[in-house]
Amino acid sequence: MTRETLLNIVLFAILPATALVAFALDEPFIITLATKAAILALAGVGLNIALGLGGLVSLGHAAFFGLGGYAMGILASHAQSYTPLMETPFLIEGTKSMLVIWGVAIVTSALAALAIGALSLRTTGVYFIMITLAFGQMLYYFAISWPAYGGEDGLSIYVRNEFPGLNTLDPIQFFAIAFGILAIVLFGAGRLAKARFGLALSAARQNAERVETVGLTPFRLRLVAFVISGAVTGLAGALFADLNRFVSPTMFSWHTSGEIMVFVILGGVGRLFGPVAGAALYILLEHTLGGLSEFWHVYLGLLLLLVVLFARGGLIGTIAGREVAHD
Amino acid sequence: MSMILLIEQVLNGLQFGVMLFLMAAGLTLIFGVMGLINLAHGSLYMVGAFAAAAVAGWTGSFALALVAALAAAAAAGALIELLVIRRLYDRDHLDQVLATFALILIFSEGTRWLFGSFPLFLDVPAALAGPIMLPGGILYPLYRLVIIGVGLLVAAGVFWLIAKTRIGIQIRAGEADREMIAALGIDISRLYTMVFALGAALAGLAGALVGAIQSVQVGMGEPVLILAFVVIVIGGIGSIKGALVGSILVGLTDTLGGVLLPPLFGTFMQASSATSVGSAVASMSIYILMVGVLLFKPSGLFGGK
Amino acid sequence: MKLRTLIAAASIAALGAGMAYADGGKVKVGMITTLSGGGAGLGIDVRDGFVLAAKGNENLELVIEDDQRKPDVAVQLTDKLIQSEKVDVLTGIIWSNLAMAVVPAATAQGKFYLSPNAGPSALAGKGCSPLYFNVAWQNDAFYEAGGLWASENGIEKVFLMAPNYPAGTDGMTGFKRTFKGEVVGEVYTKLGQTDYAAEIAQIRASDADTVYFFLPGGMGISFMKQFAGSGVDKNVMGPAFSFDQGILGAIGDAALGVKNTSHWSKDIDNAANKKFVADFQAEYGRLPSLYAAQGYDTALLLQSAMGKADVADAAAFQAALEEADFASVRGDFAFAPNHHPIQDIYMREVIKEGDVVTNKIVGVASSDHQDVYGADCKM
Repeated sequence: MTRETLLNIVLFAILPATALVAFALDEPFIITLATKAAILALAGVGLNIALGLGGLVSLGHAAFFGLGGYAMGILASHAQSYTPLMETPFLIEGTKSMLVIWGVAIVTSALAALAIGALSLRTTGVYFIMITLAFGQMLYYFAISWPAYGGEDGLSIYVRNEFPGLNTLDPIQFFAIAFGILAIVLFGAGRLAKARFGLALSAARQNAERVETVGLTPFRLRLVAFVISGAVTGLAGALFADLNRFVSPTMFSWHTSGEIMVFVILGGVGRLFGPVAGAALYILLEHTLGGLSEFWHVYLGLLLLLVVLFARGGLIGTIAGREVAHD
Repeated sequence: MSMILLIEQVLNGLQFGVMLFLMAAGLTLIFGVMGLINLAHGSLYMVGAFAAAAVAGWTGSFALALVAALAAAAAAGALIELLVIRRLYDRDHLDQVLATFALILIFSEGTRWLFGSFPLFLDVPAALAGPIMLPGGILYPLYRLVIIGVGLLVAAGVFWLIAKTRIGIQIRAGEADREMIAALGIDISRLYTMVFALGAALAGLAGALVGAIQSVQVGMGEPVLILAFVVIVIGGIGSIKGALVGSILVGLTDTLGGVLLPPLFGTFMQASSATSVGSAVASMSIYILMVGVLLFKPSGLFGGK
Repeated sequence: MKLRTLIAAASIAALGAGMAYADGGKVKVGMITTLSGGGAGLGIDVRDGFVLAAKGNENLELVIEDDQRKPDVAVQLTDKLIQSEKVDVLTGIIWSNLAMAVVPAATAQGKFYLSPNAGPSALAGKGCSPLYFNVAWQNDAFYEAGGLWASENGIEKVFLMAPNYPAGTDGMTGFKRTFKGEVVGEVYTKLGQTDYAAEIAQIRASDADTVYFFLPGGMGISFMKQFAGSGVDKNVMGPAFSFDQGILGAIGDAALGVKNTSHWSKDIDNAANKKFVADFQAEYGRLPSLYAAQGYDTALLLQSAMGKADVADAAAFQAALEEADFASVRGDFAFAPNHHPIQDIYMREVIKEGDVVTNKIVGVASSDHQDVYGADCKM
């Protein structure tokens, strides 16, 4: 067993262990924090498929995170007010079922990723970073000024959506749902990286010409990766909205894109469990530093700086050593 | 809409564009020469504005305030280049984005710690206050004309610097082939610090000039930073000419979009929803412009390759 | 016989204990407000005002959290304060969009919420709650009062301007509700916009006699400086948010003469207000703002209710809050059935006192103002 595998097992156990200890001590807020970490890690796992595997530095993943959130907000708000979403040409009702909402969130963000990816992937490097940022900003300004679903005020959903057999308002049960999804997606992402598709994608990142000579089109590989990546981040957005029982345009802001990227880099780019480590660490910092000083952003900034300058490969890279190519 | 109003709005767009150029020029130079994405460029803009406001408060002189803005921003730029940025040149874009994002956090909260949470006062000097009458009966604020003038002068200066001076030759050589100029015995790390400080000074100047007619507050650099990125991407990263063209394009699109789109939507929609839909599209317009440009020219209007 | 006496004695003792508790019951207050990042000035003022009024009250325990102006952080802090800190009362939110996220979360978990700022219409109407009290204003109040004052003071043609987001469009709707003259232009700008040259040109080209605008924070500062420099000669009016003490210092002389509506001003002539202004300056070394006044009143209201009822008895505590039995710095203050204020809204003018740019009351714009959403409130 390599050091990284061992570390991954520890990382995988940290969140449920935290949640269970908090449950035993009757500290529901700690469970909520663990749930938040699991959901943000999921968003990071999504981004990592594009970023780590495909080498696609997207600064616009907030677009998918926000779309997932609004899929939940819009469907649940219609269910809450008993008004149909659409009457012509056919009737669409709102819903409070998490399963349906997740499906809609995944499909919507995958379609958006298909459109955005098809346009953005024509560019490379910094241009790609900036064009994805531009798409994110477009959706951000659209969400702020579109009055139908609350505009900048956002949408409040008073009761968390339903999952068959569980009480989703109970923090520990909602944590179980979020963590369960994270586990499934981690498993899938791990398989994806080792499958033929993942290997071809990695190869395209390292040397696109060589992949072309074997008869594969890097554009298509990258587009598929971008769509999968967007869909996973969209699912995380729907869960995040359910965690807060609230959606707002801040989910679309470029700060959100930046934060998701921070999770990935903090943990280690291209490492399967990188986003889990990064998100957990970030939330820990946010809640310990935030209590220490009004100006805690200064300390957060200094810490991030130190990680970038001196701990290359992120948390996992530092502890487990350089095994995955990081370029 | 009358012709006079339209001309006035074009002037406004031009002034906005010229301002963006001061930001974008430094950003694109730094990227072109050092290959660095600097998200903290907006913080240097803020440093310039705060330095100007503080000095104007103590001395009452706007000229001294401008000098202070240039000096403070250049000093801050040189400082972060020496401490942080130079460790990032051979890193990938990802590390650069994260490190300079961290610098934003430090600069913003550090400034708030020094100056407090309330906006600072900085006003247009009395000699430049008020409007003047332009030929054709257009009443236009003098200070904005001065900004256009200063911006164009700086643009000319930057072009001259790059085309005619020794530093400019080194900068161009650095863009073309980094190893080569080091081999020629040029102190490359000094050149980098100078380019970075120059870019920072331009950002600081923009911050001080704009601070006099806007709000000097923490976080003022971020919206401008994003716009400046849009500009250099449209123009082609690394190209000063591209930055100038991109700035003017973005300035005009943003200003005229906000003015023309709502009435345009009004021609086929209800008046009340036309204003809100029109405004919504207007706020997205520059991003739509950017996506459009990149679809036809994936490396910007004047980008290499 | 013996047993009965014992029970009687015990119940008297219990009654006595209960009474004593009602007088001196402890209340744990959770304050979630904006203390870092942009807009921190408002949260700091609310906090400082609240802390000033609650100073020395050992029964009031205060936990303060920073929401960074992010709705998701605010909701999570609400959960934290309720679930981990076990607070009885929440307060502090500055922004409407955060209030829309936090207030339903708090009242759904059975906690009182006292709003020291922000009064979105949804919470005053259909979404009202017995546990939710607004100590500041319903969002439309300043605008409706502005429209009334404009109609009564010979203003005929106005140009309206606000950012394109709900608080902006709602505000302008509020103004139009009471304004009888003509609206000759209406512009909704991008949120966070800092350059208003294009809008000022439109204002110049219109035949409006007055510009009525709502641009909070830095947006208002930018607009006023640019408007003053443009040489456009029109009256300027707006709600107090763009002309508050924290902002006037940054606008400077460019704001002189502007009319703005507010429920509070530092020159309101009553004993409570004089004490507040003097104490605030002594404690913090700056002039108080309307946000500080709201934070101060919120703490006064809470303490008045604490003196009458135990917070554990929600119905009694609610009734005690409804009485609003405290000396507000605004003068007369009462709650309407939807738990939103009935209060006078004043018209202020920006003037210069020595070197300090500040506000002076010039008249009452709307007396005993009450919002229009109460009819939809069923509690």
